[in-house]
Amino acid sequence: MRETERAAARRLNDSFVRELEERARGIRAEVVRMIARAGSGHPGGSLSIVDILTALYFARLNHRPKDPRWAGRDRMILSKGHAAPALYAILGECGYFPKSEFLKLRRFGAMLQGHPDATRVPGVETSTGSLGQGLSVGVGMALAGRLDRRDYRVYVCLGDGELEEGEVWEAAMAAAHYRLDRLCAIVDFNGLQIDGRIQDTLNPEPIPAKWKAFGWDVCEIDGHDFRQIIRALDWAAGPKGKPSAIVARTVKGKGVSFMEAQVNWHGVAPCADEARRALAELGES
Amino acid sequence: MGTAKAIRDGYGEALLELGRDDRNVVVLDADLAESTRSSVFRDAYPDRFFNAGIAEQNMINMAVGLALSGKTVFASSFAIFATGRCWEQLRNSVAATRANVKVVASHGGLTVGPDGLSHQCVEDISLMRTIPHFAVIVPCDWLEAKKAVLAAARMKGPVYIRTARPKTAQVTAEETPFAIGKSVRLRPGDDVTIIACGVMVEAALEAAGDLASGGIAAGVIDMHTIKPLDAQAVMAAAIVSRSRSSPMAWALVDLTVSATTARPPVDSARPTMTRHENRSGDSKCWPMPMVAPMNQKTSASSISSLHVVRL
Repeated sequence: MRETERAAARRLNDSFVRELEERARGIRAEVVRMIARAGSGHPGGSLSIVDILTALYFARLNHRPKDPRWAGRDRMILSKGHAAPALYAILGECGYFPKSEFLKLRRFGAMLQGHPDATRVPGVETSTGSLGQGLSVGVGMALAGRLDRRDYRVYVCLGDGELEEGEVWEAAMAAAHYRLDRLCAIVDFNGLQIDGRIQDTLNPEPIPAKWKAFGWDVCEIDGHDFRQIIRALDWAAGPKGKPSAIVARTVKGKGVSFMEAQVNWHGVAPCADEARRALAELGES
Repeated sequence: MGTAKAIRDGYGEALLELGRDDRNVVVLDADLAESTRSSVFRDAYPDRFFNAGIAEQNMINMAVGLALSGKTVFASSFAIFATGRCWEQLRNSVAATRANVKVVASHGGLTVGPDGLSHQCVEDISLMRTIPHFAVIVPCDWLEAKKAVLAAARMKGPVYIRTARPKTAQVTAEETPFAIGKSVRLRPGDDVTIIACGVMVEAALEAAGDLASGGIAAGVIDMHTIKPLDAQAVMAAAIVSRSRSSPMAWALVDLTVSATTARPPVDSARPTMTRHENRSGDSKCWPMPMVAPMNQKTSASSISSLHVVRL
């Protein structure tokens, strides 16, 4: 039995959900601390995807933090690479690397660069940051899994603004064409991009209908509800002859009141006072 | 030597061998499999060939995903699309992860002339040279292309290989050695050294023949690897004729040596950027102390891609 299925067998009861919520709270606090210390970064989109990544890494992903190159692992690609602090906080929490690396986020020569560098960070599957490329890489990994007769799954987290990139839809076409049912795209649908609301910039909606039209199985969820996220991941894992897209409604800056749904928190670090207020809201002193 | 054959045919032949010998080799194309010759692999090993359709950027990143999962991946299109359209994917996903991706692009240079501007590509070599971790190879005939593809497969990491469409002369032999980064001297001669790559090697050999009838001994170097450049061969060629040099040529030799050893040129070696007239009176050529006499044919075959220095 796959480790993932053992995890899936674990009942999605109240105490497990509370455990995940507590982890996500700690991850959010780490994201705020890291970005504040670095003096630059992307808090909005990092905080919006924390719950999705927490559910993946702590409830469903089949992975071995002590053996990051294990051939049978599930792959998770953070195509919206600017949310790197959320991924770093989770990888550090899982034990892929010492948490002391958090202190050096965005420093010259450090392991944790502004956007994920696969050659530096254990657990990062491919280097991202230039939007629109992760899903294509995921298609390649899913094809390789099929060639090697391995049953690993490939998850790709995309931003909603990222869907404006044409390559995403080339990849979407390819995934459906090759019937990659071990591939799952998760859209962090927080409704904002750097320049404003997505519908005022280059409207990618209707998002679920687009994925459906490209031949994907689609479900829509609340991206901050662990029960919904995990049920969606289990739904996506079933054999269906086509790839799955989970469109997750989220709130940019989730968890910090003055950052929530505020476009100006896309790519600005909190100052010391703001960081203190944010951490207090997140239950940290 | 052998009969004329397209450089791209060497790619197809090499893929056939690689497919037979290595289960890990996977080939992608973007709806140009017949033109690039990846079709040879497609027909022999259909389970390891993926047509990405007319979607080159996705193809390059599919290649990354396959390579990061342990495959040796060849991805093909025309040079203009593979490098021009996908430069950022090549930089930010292939090179950034050091993925074991070999981009083999046909229709490089002006060899697809009749198709016009949209399909010609004189920029690919420059574009690919600027990306870290990429080796850049421009084989001069089908046989060298075959050796280059086999060598690229043995090497771990990103490689760009430019092939060409028209049938061109075979100018190397089975026994001609091939190693990435090591140029081949195809013709001796110390008065002039012509350094060329790709289809221009044949033109260089013709030029050397013409020069010989004028009493000038022109050597020809097949610089099949543009990156890493065989700096030693360039320096050796420059130094050979140094004793017969004019002061200006000496300065150029120093410049060459400085450049090829990656040191900034010393002040005395800096060339004066005035235009020099060559013997045909063409003042548009780039500064050279003297340019060897060239017949009309060589001039017409875009001699600017050759480095002709009369020392």
